Amino acid sequence: MSARLRENAMSFEAVAVRRESSTTDAMLTATKMSIRHLDFFYGRFQALQDVNLNIAERKVTAFIGPSGCGKSTLLRTLNRMYSLYPGQRAIGEVVFNGRNILDSGIDLNELRAKVGMVFQKPTPFPMSIYDNIAFGVRLYENLAQREMDERVEWALTKAAMWDEAKNKLKQSGMALSGGQQQRLCIARAVAVKPEVLLLDEPTSALDPISTAKIEELISELKADYTIAIVTHNMQQAARVSDFTAYMYLGELIEFGATDELFIKPKRSETEDYITGRFG
Amino acid sequence: MLSLYSRRLLVNRFNLVMSLLTMAFGLTFLLWILVTLFQAGFHAFSLGLFTQMTPPPGSTGGLLNAIVGSVIMATMATLIGTPIGIFAGIYLAEYGSRGWLAPCTRFINDILLSAPSIVVGLFIYEIYVSRVNHFSAWAGSFALALIVIPVVIRTTENMLRLVPDSLREAAVALGTPQWKMILMVTLRSVRAGIITGVLLAVARISGETAPLLFTALNNQFWTTNFNAPMSNLPVVIFQFAMSPYNDWQQLAWAGALLITLAVLALNIIARTIFRQAPQK
Repeated sequence: MSARLRENAMSFEAVAVRRESSTTDAMLTATKMSIRHLDFFYGRFQALQDVNLNIAERKVTAFIGPSGCGKSTLLRTLNRMYSLYPGQRAIGEVVFNGRNILDSGIDLNELRAKVGMVFQKPTPFPMSIYDNIAFGVRLYENLAQREMDERVEWALTKAAMWDEAKNKLKQSGMALSGGQQQRLCIARAVAVKPEVLLLDEPTSALDPISTAKIEELISELKADYTIAIVTHNMQQAARVSDFTAYMYLGELIEFGATDELFIKPKRSETEDYITGRFG
Repeated sequence: MLSLYSRRLLVNRFNLVMSLLTMAFGLTFLLWILVTLFQAGFHAFSLGLFTQMTPPPGSTGGLLNAIVGSVIMATMATLIGTPIGIFAGIYLAEYGSRGWLAPCTRFINDILLSAPSIVVGLFIYEIYVSRVNHFSAWAGSFALALIVIPVVIRTTENMLRLVPDSLREAAVALGTPQWKMILMVTLRSVRAGIITGVLLAVARISGETAPLLFTALNNQFWTTNFNAPMSNLPVVIFQFAMSPYNDWQQLAWAGALLITLAVLALNIIARTIFRQAPQK
């Protein structure tokens, strides 16, 4: 190959790279979970209709929309939480690590160990702060006492809880304040080192200071984890997320980079919602 | 406007007075029973009560063999009934959301819960005593266990149902297998309630006479042999109170007071435990 040809090839690559970076970030980032033609039913009621979207790796994807639009339902599909309840079923595909997690053959415990979840209300277990965090780790790892201590400290540090909790690790997790309990729950979810973290309105029961701490935490966590968050708070979605999905009545109305969706939404329904004219 | 208000005030006062009266009526009899029990039983209380065996008529004695027998059989019945009751309660609350087996079990348990205890005694007599051809402490324990089981099932199920689903979801979201979630999270959070239920079941069986009449019967002597008839307070009270002998009647009163005090103590302990537990 002549030197000239090689040069040509290189300049072509450079152009291609430049072109990619000019399109949305969605093209650049790898997909962690891919949702295809997803329908969801509560008994006969259809709560989701033909939802299609990709959740990008190590990014924050936010789901917004009015109450009952199906955003929590969508989140609960991603770790098969709905399988706890008879009468709830999902049809379609959610591809995660090359497998459709909606298949009946999927090991749900293994899936949920990789796709962690934090709920709207803090749910500390009736045990000490230390055990709250060690509980999940012990399920899948056999750690020596010292390693476990390190893991607990690491998780609590990640959740911005270490300074508050380090002197009362043996105290009951139920004795903490609401905001601390929620951060404990985040630490607990982070401690098992999942690949994806699902947050279902994690700050809706918290005061502004705790909310700010948790939002900060989300921005830090995305360096290591893929995060999907459901929120009622549009400012929060705008602040913490890279991608936003607007849902209404079980359908995905618009999905794109957060900056674009909030600044110039493509659909008028989205615009009505984010400007407060509706919802 | 004002007349409407004063009318309402009047109706309110009337209702308040009526409910206070009915409460007083009920409480009077309860207190009456307690006072009678104390008057008749208290002066029969002596150290001999706890150190001597049940006597033949006309000689002095105590209730030692009956007390020990009651404690032994109540303990055995609790040991047999509690695990069965807790496991069945777990099944009903945690696994029974689909299918017909759980509603069926719950219905049968409700019937058992209110079944006359004499029926339980006759049942054990029919399936156990009449086969082995002798009364025994085992038979008594089985009969009492049959009374413990439905009470424990009911308390366990009710307590577990109070656990919010969000706690279950939180445990499951970590990839926790269901049995571990139940053992480590839900059961743990209602520990105090279940202990209370077990204590109340013990209180219930410690006064039961009918199931023991056809099973453990009675024994005038000391025994710890589970294959022999065993003495117990309720049947001793029944037998002694019906007798024409004054010293036997005195012992019956003492025994009745003893059971009442034991049940009272169990209830107080149960309530304290339940109150101390952090309620979520």
